[in-house]
Amino acid sequence: MLGPILKGMATTFKHLFKPPVTIQYPDEARPVRERFKGRHHLHRYDNGLEKCIGCSLCAAACPADAIFVEAAENTDEARYSPGERYASTYEINMMRCIFCGYCEDACPTEAIVLGKDYELSFYDRASSIYTKEMLIVSVPEDGQDTPQQVQPGSFDRAIPDMEDPK
Amino acid sequence: MSAGEIAIVSLIVGFIVTLVAITGFAYTTLYERKLLARLQHRVGPNRAGYIPIPGRGKKERRLLGGIMQPAADAVKLFFKEDPTPTLVDRPVYNLAPMLAVITAIMIFAVIPLAPEFTIFGYTFSPYFAVAPGLNIALIFILAITSISVYGVVLAGWASNSKYAVLGGIRASAQMLSYELAMALAIIPVIMLANSMDLGIIVEAQSVPYIILQPLAAFIFFVAALAELERSPFDLLEAEQELSSGFNVEYGGMRFGMFFMTQYMKMIAFSAIFAVLFLGGYNGPFADQLPALGFLYTFIKIILVMFVMIWIRATLPRLRYDQLMQFGWKVMLPIALANMVVTAVFIVLVEEEILVPDNLLSIFGF
Repeated sequence: MLGPILKGMATTFKHLFKPPVTIQYPDEARPVRERFKGRHHLHRYDNGLEKCIGCSLCAAACPADAIFVEAAENTDEARYSPGERYASTYEINMMRCIFCGYCEDACPTEAIVLGKDYELSFYDRASSIYTKEMLIVSVPEDGQDTPQQVQPGSFDRAIPDMEDPK
Repeated sequence: MSAGEIAIVSLIVGFIVTLVAITGFAYTTLYERKLLARLQHRVGPNRAGYIPIPGRGKKERRLLGGIMQPAADAVKLFFKEDPTPTLVDRPVYNLAPMLAVITAIMIFAVIPLAPEFTIFGYTFSPYFAVAPGLNIALIFILAITSISVYGVVLAGWASNSKYAVLGGIRASAQMLSYELAMALAIIPVIMLANSMDLGIIVEAQSVPYIILQPLAAFIFFVAALAELERSPFDLLEAEQELSSGFNVEYGGMRFGMFFMTQYMKMIAFSAIFAVLFLGGYNGPFADQLPALGFLYTFIKIILVMFVMIWIRATLPRLRYDQLMQFGWKVMLPIALANMVVTAVFIVLVEEEILVPDNLLSIFGF
């Protein structure tokens, strides 16, 4: 009986000198996986125009009914996105979202992409609704903010010629 | 020296020792949590308070992270709501934690902390303790630890809860069983030192008794673990079976008092083990500089507590029938046999049939 006990004691004693495996979370975060599905981002083209065209396909694909999109008309004087329409309202209820990524699959312009943020916590239900201003990425360096004033006829196609998916 | 003088000195020393014991209790919890964490590849509490050391570059080094954790725990326990369940036996329910904590503090009264030394023109003689020179010190310790069972049992009974009663009954059975083995493990030490005065026992240890009496030391240590309700004998607070045993109906600082009892008894039993088997305040240069005695006592207590925590990190909990069988069928006979053999050897040496100096020649060296 004493032998196995001493063996066990020796094992635990050896482990005393090994460094802790703890990651001090709020100070240092473990990097997430390559295909991690976190909070959504609404992306822009290089010239600053929004990729989202307000088609509501993401809202239709959403199994949790977490997305609400309202579209409005684009004009050449105040252009938000290529094509006829843009999303004037884009809201995701993070309390409903199950982070399945179907919205990302449904999007015809690759506007909505699930990012790597997972620190989503709030004190009240109202702040669980992420609006377009919170979801959209910042304007690229050589682009300009929307609405843009553009040459008539330059951004007629809602779904532009895209490069091959990587 | 008049009786009044002795009383005043004992009061002052008792006050200091109690304060040290209470602070020590707080830091014992931190010591246990930190050490247990390191044994399990964790960091342990490291947020509450630290000593900043400005390092080169931007990053400052943090030393002793978690140093204020005991204070945070104490504040939390004090400010928690402490509701009394409706159907409890109120006087006993309130008395039980006090009884437990008082007995835990009382053990410190007889523990010698340093040899005879003089400070502020007063000589602590024959050694530094709250009640120095008590000639029945070991009986006192056994008696007080027996009373501490009442705290647990009464808490269980007064709570009017089945879990608590079961925990209390387990505790009483366990403590009574292992107290026998513990007392029998102490008797060889008493016989060797020819006294129950802890100071004389310490002085008698030119060789620490753990070398002369390894079996008694082992039995005492295991019995102490059972007495302290520590792992692997902590089944009276087995979370899986009893939620938390006798203290299940207690909250806030009244729970804190049971917590305090457990850790103060842990310090006290470490100190008793150090005194009985590790030579107490004896150590190199303790004769020239008596204040070193405090340091040696402290180091030995820390060492014994290290082993206790180490065991907690290693061994799983015993089953109840295993615990009882181990206590009555293994510990008690071994302790009894050890006592008899020791007694025979002491008589042989006293009758000069066996002379220690040519002990080796008996074995053919």
